[in-house]
Amino acid sequence: MNGLRRILKAPSTFWIAALLVTWALSTWSFPLYKALDARWIIRFPSQFEIPLDVWLTALFKWLQNDADLFFFTFRDLTRFLSSLIEWPYDQVRALMADGFSSGQGSNAVPIAPPLSWIAVIFILVAMGRYARDWWLAALVGACFFYLAVFGQWDSAMVTLASVIIAVPIGVALGLGIGMLTYRSLWFDRMTRPVLDLMQTVPVFAYLVPVLVLFGFGPVAALIATLIYATPPMVRISTLALQSVPPEVVEAGQIVGCTQRQMMWRVLIPSAMPTLMVGVNQVIMLTLNMVIIASMIGAGGLGFDVLSALRRLDIGGGIEAGFAIVVMAIALDRLSQAFSKRPPSPIPPADWGFMRRHPWLISTCVVVIGTYLLGLVIPAVQTYPASLTLTTGSFWSDALEWINVNFFDTFEAIKSFFLTVLLLPVKRFFSGIPWAWGIIVMGMAAWRIGGWKLGLMAAAMTLFIAASGLWAKAMITLYLCGVSVLIAYMIGVPLGIWAGQNARVNSIVAAIMDTLQTLPSFVYLIPVVMLFRVGDFTAMIAIVLYALAPAVRYAAHGIRSIDPQMLEAGLVSGCTPRQLLWRVKLPLAAPSLLLGLNQTIMLALSMLVITALVGTRDLGQEVYIALTKADTGHGIVAGLCVAFIAIIADRILTALSKSSKTRLEAA
Amino acid sequence: MQRKVKLTCHNVWKLYGAHADSLLSGTDNPSDAELIQTNTIGAVRDANLEISEGEIYVIMGLSGSGKSTLVRCLSRLIEPTAGKIAFDGEDLLAMSPAQLIDLRRKKIGMVFQNFALLPHLTVLQNVSFPLDIQGVDRPTREARAREMIATVGLEGRENYFPNQLSGGQQQRVGIARSLVGDPELWFLDEPFSALDPLIRREMQDEFLRLQSLLKKTIVFITHDFDEAIRLADRIAVMKDGRIEQIATPEQLILHPASDYVAEFTQHIAREKVLSLRSIATPDMSGTQFAGDLDGALKVAEAADIIEAADAPFRVLNEDGAPIGQVSANLVIDVLIGRTHR
Repeated sequence: MNGLRRILKAPSTFWIAALLVTWALSTWSFPLYKALDARWIIRFPSQFEIPLDVWLTALFKWLQNDADLFFFTFRDLTRFLSSLIEWPYDQVRALMADGFSSGQGSNAVPIAPPLSWIAVIFILVAMGRYARDWWLAALVGACFFYLAVFGQWDSAMVTLASVIIAVPIGVALGLGIGMLTYRSLWFDRMTRPVLDLMQTVPVFAYLVPVLVLFGFGPVAALIATLIYATPPMVRISTLALQSVPPEVVEAGQIVGCTQRQMMWRVLIPSAMPTLMVGVNQVIMLTLNMVIIASMIGAGGLGFDVLSALRRLDIGGGIEAGFAIVVMAIALDRLSQAFSKRPPSPIPPADWGFMRRHPWLISTCVVVIGTYLLGLVIPAVQTYPASLTLTTGSFWSDALEWINVNFFDTFEAIKSFFLTVLLLPVKRFFSGIPWAWGIIVMGMAAWRIGGWKLGLMAAAMTLFIAASGLWAKAMITLYLCGVSVLIAYMIGVPLGIWAGQNARVNSIVAAIMDTLQTLPSFVYLIPVVMLFRVGDFTAMIAIVLYALAPAVRYAAHGIRSIDPQMLEAGLVSGCTPRQLLWRVKLPLAAPSLLLGLNQTIMLALSMLVITALVGTRDLGQEVYIALTKADTGHGIVAGLCVAFIAIIADRILTALSKSSKTRLEAA
Repeated sequence: MQRKVKLTCHNVWKLYGAHADSLLSGTDNPSDAELIQTNTIGAVRDANLEISEGEIYVIMGLSGSGKSTLVRCLSRLIEPTAGKIAFDGEDLLAMSPAQLIDLRRKKIGMVFQNFALLPHLTVLQNVSFPLDIQGVDRPTREARAREMIATVGLEGRENYFPNQLSGGQQQRVGIARSLVGDPELWFLDEPFSALDPLIRREMQDEFLRLQSLLKKTIVFITHDFDEAIRLADRIAVMKDGRIEQIATPEQLILHPASDYVAEFTQHIAREKVLSLRSIATPDMSGTQFAGDLDGALKVAEAADIIEAADAPFRVLNEDGAPIGQVSANLVIDVLIGRTHR
């Protein structure tokens, strides 16, 4: 009797019971519906569905056609906004890729060519040398030379032009909003949930409204890119300003800074290193968007990848994808070097202008020199086409060879995973009746984070059910769950290994850095080539993409353990194995949970992209909405993904916090 | 000669908590029980200070005693919950933001515990920063900054960045920056606490040397009682937001107002603090004197002479009139900390 009570009271009993009931209901929900003739068990009653998507579509139609904001129409506003971006974009694009011309269309008279390829490479090399050293200069130079040699130059410059426009606007917007949130607590409270939502709503979801409001084209693509890349900059700016030491702020006050001097002379310069991390983030996110944005009209490398993928042109896709990677690596290293660059020593005052600005002068000389030379020798202006190499056919042949020779092996691996892991889990999730799903989600969140969290989780789950997207959401959950599980099972041991061994760490960290630099889309290309479309392909792409945080946080957790704790363990006579399981892992638990959180977030963002390779989940719904320009449906499906992400985030944050306080209390 | 009062603070309170404002509207002096009851933290409680021109006024207290909050109220980096603060007789708390900025630019300097230098500026730029903010042209402000850098002994490092300097050097930059505007009132918030003991000693000497040149009105915050004794003209000892005692170092040692203050004074090398004037027995009986000694001498400085002589010495005040006598026995009493009289 006593034993039974103890079992009932044990905390794990709740979880085991919840799992068992869920499993039972999932298995027998269909027979149950047949037996009771109650269709509501497996389907949310359609008369109660909220037609939010219809309303939203109507709203956007109204905004687009009829909305009058007193002085001007909404349409004028969107046109004004796009003209604001269009003009500078056209100039930069002319400078980088198309050349300047006057007149329209076929009557255009060329005035000046774009920057020559030598000039662009020289500028980047000079920036590399200025930011760090000749090594970085050589890396950046090699990356861009690669683009020229492999015939990707023109597309790459179009992409670079959109980066050049998007990054300053994104940084300025992010910093501006960050400054407001720093100054006003009220504004901070207001923006926080908006930022949460913007960072969890899948990219595709806001492609639809942007497409509807701004039309197809590079400007719409830039706006979507800005929406995607700005929120992290807001976060980082707020954080950077808040973490300026209070003494420095007081020092500014006591010397009599006005509010404006305080911001621009004290706060922002002091926060500069952190702000530069934000700039790096914006650059990487902009590049991440390159392919996706080409769906609504961005040209350049992204468009090349997308069209190659649609044509199933393996070689072309890999080449263009690799060009994006090369560019991403170059820009990432360059911007990181700028963020870590120590202030340059003050040159003696008696040096002339020429001597003080060697890079500026030499860059001007090269730009003008190559322009003049290019008029005479075309090869100086454009890299000669006869000297370009292509690896496209090589990749196609290689993949063909692999597919011919290893087809059976790949098929076997695929069907093994499908039958052993994917299908059973899929059946489990798909069978869960929506009503029980809401209950069990709410209860679990309540157990972990209190009644507020429980209520929120239940409400969000109800929203998903009431939107009529329950079945799709369960597919999302299943794919995400399986991928996160595998990514975590591979990532955590790798991270622990790296955390304990400095040599392994340097290698693993380098690989993870590179993996994180790759735009998410690029992961799809090789996987699709090898495994064709389907859930298994999607899973592998997600695992690859979501691996990095699992590894990083595990390694970080292990490495940041107080060495005294390890010494205490060793002195008590722990074997290495005991040390790992009894000391290191428990102490690294908060970090491991944070890693899990990040893994889930990345998995969800990748999941939506895998809709392109034929998954049948919420991502697919968003993607279909995009192709049909169905604003409301896209937003609602996107919100469902965001809600799943938010629930997972809040639950894991609560878990991580409680395990942290437990460790600190001990 | 009574010196002019530079800064006064009268019944200043700083409370933190949801009921901070309402608590003081009913009464001038809420009790400990009331504070606890309303979940209010009394960071500064009923502080009264009068700081004279040219004096080194040390506010001493352990961490959490409210000394940093008090000095921030005095410079209005924090708004006090209640009370009056007057700078040169002018109401500091009534000043508009513009007036406050003007006052800070012209009359106030401050040194911070962790230096608070701007990492992106060189030593020269850091020191000239306050003038730059005021819009002083570059040649003028840099000339003035170079002068200050020379005064604190950092010539030749004008183009270094803060992270290329040691802690002691960084604090010299902080000191130079705080003095570049030639302030009348100089706040130092635990300026030497982040430094190693030897450097701290060196910086204290440097500080005294600077003050002998500049004669500023100084409010100096420290948690180190030895430092307070060494530097102060007057010391205010704080505990739990209240000022326990305000006195000169000698008075503090001879007449601690509470057990709390006495606990600090116990371990102080009394012979280095106490002067002959303050220990001399006032009765002039006895006829045989070994000689006359200046009352301002510290016991440690005169101990050898007094012990070597057979008879007591007469102690003279600054006018040369005798005010008492000291004997070898009296010196021994002081040295071993035996309470006399």
